[in-house]
Amino acid sequence: MSNSMEDVANAAQAALIIGSNTTEQHPVFGSMLRRAVNKRGLKIVVADPRKIDITEFAVLHLQQNPGTDIALINGLMYIILEKGWEDKAFIEERCEGYDEFKATVKNYPPQKVSEITGIPVEKLYQAAEILSVNRPSAVIWAMGITQHITGVRNVMSLANLQMLLGNMGKPGSGVNPLRGQNNVQGACDMGGLPNVYPGYQPVTNAEAREKFARAWGLKVESGKVEGSEANLQPSTFNLPDKVGLTVTEMIPGLADGRVKALYILGEDPIMSDPDTAHIRHCLEAADFIVLEEIFPSETSPYADVLLPGVSFAEKTGTFTNTERRVQMVRKAVEPVGDARPDWWIIAEVAKRIVAGGGRQIAEGPHAGWDYPDANTIMTEINALTPSYGGITFARLEQGKGLQWPCPTTEHPGTPILHTKQFSRGRGKFMPIDHVPPAELPDDEYPMFLNTGRVLYHYHGGEMTRRASGLMAVYGRPLVEVSPLDAEKLGLEGQQRVRITSRRGSIEAEAWVTDRVPPGMVYANFHFPEASANELTIAALDPTSKIPEYKVCAVKVEVV
Amino acid sequence: MAVKITIDGIPIEAREGQTILQIARERGIHIPTLCYHKDLSPTGNCRICVVEVAKQRFLQAACVTPVWEGMEISTHSERTVRSRKLTLELMLANHPQDCLVCDVSGSCELQDLAYDYQVEVPKWGSKGTRYVADSDPNPFVRVDFNKCILCRRCVLACGEIQVRNVWGVAYRGFEEKIVAGADTTMLDARCESCGQCAAYCPTGALTDKMTYGKGRTHQVTKVTTTCTYCGVGCQFDLNVKDGKIIGVTSNPDAPVNGMALCVKGRYGYDFVHHPERLTRPKVRRYLLEGQAKPKQISKSANQLWEWVETDWETALTITADKFRATRDASGPDSIGFLTSAKCLNEENYLMNKLARQVVGTNNIDHCARL
Repeated sequence: MSNSMEDVANAAQAALIIGSNTTEQHPVFGSMLRRAVNKRGLKIVVADPRKIDITEFAVLHLQQNPGTDIALINGLMYIILEKGWEDKAFIEERCEGYDEFKATVKNYPPQKVSEITGIPVEKLYQAAEILSVNRPSAVIWAMGITQHITGVRNVMSLANLQMLLGNMGKPGSGVNPLRGQNNVQGACDMGGLPNVYPGYQPVTNAEAREKFARAWGLKVESGKVEGSEANLQPSTFNLPDKVGLTVTEMIPGLADGRVKALYILGEDPIMSDPDTAHIRHCLEAADFIVLEEIFPSETSPYADVLLPGVSFAEKTGTFTNTERRVQMVRKAVEPVGDARPDWWIIAEVAKRIVAGGGRQIAEGPHAGWDYPDANTIMTEINALTPSYGGITFARLEQGKGLQWPCPTTEHPGTPILHTKQFSRGRGKFMPIDHVPPAELPDDEYPMFLNTGRVLYHYHGGEMTRRASGLMAVYGRPLVEVSPLDAEKLGLEGQQRVRITSRRGSIEAEAWVTDRVPPGMVYANFHFPEASANELTIAALDPTSKIPEYKVCAVKVEVV
Repeated sequence: MAVKITIDGIPIEAREGQTILQIARERGIHIPTLCYHKDLSPTGNCRICVVEVAKQRFLQAACVTPVWEGMEISTHSERTVRSRKLTLELMLANHPQDCLVCDVSGSCELQDLAYDYQVEVPKWGSKGTRYVADSDPNPFVRVDFNKCILCRRCVLACGEIQVRNVWGVAYRGFEEKIVAGADTTMLDARCESCGQCAAYCPTGALTDKMTYGKGRTHQVTKVTTTCTYCGVGCQFDLNVKDGKIIGVTSNPDAPVNGMALCVKGRYGYDFVHHPERLTRPKVRRYLLEGQAKPKQISKSANQLWEWVETDWETALTITADKFRATRDASGPDSIGFLTSAKCLNEENYLMNKLARQVVGTNNIDHCARL
């Protein structure tokens, strides 16, 4: 998030919630927004194919056809330009690329946008007016925006909208993606990505490589790496300069032989990756998989070694939330059985690989692997990650968390980004065109499948399926079917349906509800017996490699 | 605008629009409250916070009465103390006398007030219970309206904090009671199971069902931590007794969420002690016997594919040897690392260091895309 949840809830005059089922997926922020509606009249525009709960608190609900977000946003920007509602001063002072962008937007007049999105023209005008008149307005999204083959372009479109309205760098404005996992922000911040070191320092940048090579004892004086095998590329700084594989490339890489071994920490690809049948095939092809987990997950049948890690309640360290706030996680109970904190396990594996030789690791300020606790690791993070430079356990223990960038121990943290300028200097308007989803309904598979989570469960369901109360309320998978489709299918009461895509088939109980529009079914991926990911398509966004979980074509039959 | 008042004879400058309770709390002057909570709109309905205001015929509820110029307030006059005692006596008259076994004994605001004012259940009161205890079938909030004092904090917590409006007040006079929806069950009244009502309840009327009978406030250790579910980053207190988590309670100082939590954060903790937890390292038998990995087709029936529990040294050595051998035979990019959005920053940093420093690959990612 460029902003903080509190300032959005306290200062936004309007909000566009697009592709975020906020009250079910980020329930506490969802209730903050509902409070803002109740207490001070925040005007919410929801753009979502489904009638999600937050629509009850919206002044307007735009039910766009799946995968038409770019057309919708371009359409709103067309109207904003037509009415002269753009923030000319902001565009002039802080942005670039405006003319080219404007030329693209001109291709999205309301009538055309209405045809693509299925939203009536008058609602497009209403939405544009609400967001323009009630400034500052914030844009809030989640995976409904990013999990498309146009995920990156969807996000750029929303950035265009916010720059056009001057909605950046002040309370109540901004681009606000809600991160789905407790520490997905932190995993990204800490270099858990194939292209960057901690703090988003690119692996392709020679200076960054030199910095980490020196810190980690990989500086090599001559051009030849001493003691290395022939297949290790000798370089002055022995760190790879090529961007690595993403998760959606790594797992298929097992099947084509590019990847032989996997170290999986706390993930369950069988449940969470698209096109489960293909994932099974890939994991079966691996030479070696080590899985570090707290439960025997759906992925563990494919693992060669299972290492028992611990839950959040059994270790001390930090998580970083969706608004970049680093907060303490504190050990409350001892690890169960002989389970160990994951940081300990990773370090022990590392020490043993290093001890076996084959890759030269010299002395370096942070070359070693002796960590008595997480605090020691954070000290190393402080030294190597400028945005985390001042985020120490001592400060976190005293305060209310710290929002990065926080470069020094005197720095108070940064609740709002881009207040004076953008990271690259001027904000660049990107001309973005509508691209239809990879797979659309046809005669054989006539309906849209949309997928996601429900309030009472979490992701692959490994934890929530083992929480007694949550199971008592939502104990079996349900597929949402619209009343109109139910009538067409002859669905009555609590019947089971079979959903089939080109990739697989599941059977589950139908929940007839107008949450879904006619022509769409919605399934979750919380239950292995009927996981939506048996059906989803592994069509990827070309840049982010995110799969298009939110759109594919299925047929529905009553069982 | 400054307003000159006195509280218990002390001259004070208040701001216009402040209530008596607000200015008293600012100055550290104690006025007891029960229905009042700083997060909720004051309603003035329990009459515990009454104070005597000079030249006013009736006692005034401090939580809802704004100050005015020249106001002379007495917070503990004989008349106010007598009134509070009587109010408490009336509340206790139809309140179960089961503090001995009540879950909230020690954290009950009614109990504390009865103690402070030395009020006991009157001889003429408490002619047996009026409602079925644990009357709502939902798995999270234990409802016992026998202990309800009709303070309406639950109604306000649901209406103002969660903004779901499940709770309301129905019936009249002595029959008055709190109801979910049109006097139905909580889930039928579209409850989202956030537990805010139980968190704000001052008595044992609404409590956490999963915690019931497992430990009282003075028996637990509270550890403030950050939730493991979504990215909002709510903080709360894990309540630990005998090495086990027995409940989650709101921590009012939580920077993002205050008292608010969702159903998963407040009630989704019992997976931690689930019997299926992995407690020892396991390796496939073929690894221990120095055999080749069984082929896919034969795996299910193959004894070499059985799990064998081992010690850490064995499992760690096998893992490290396999990675090193793979790296040396097929190159560092033949190994992939999936780090975890569920794990700590410190752990993610180490996975990044393991991939890049030790193995020499940038093949590291996690479920941000999934």
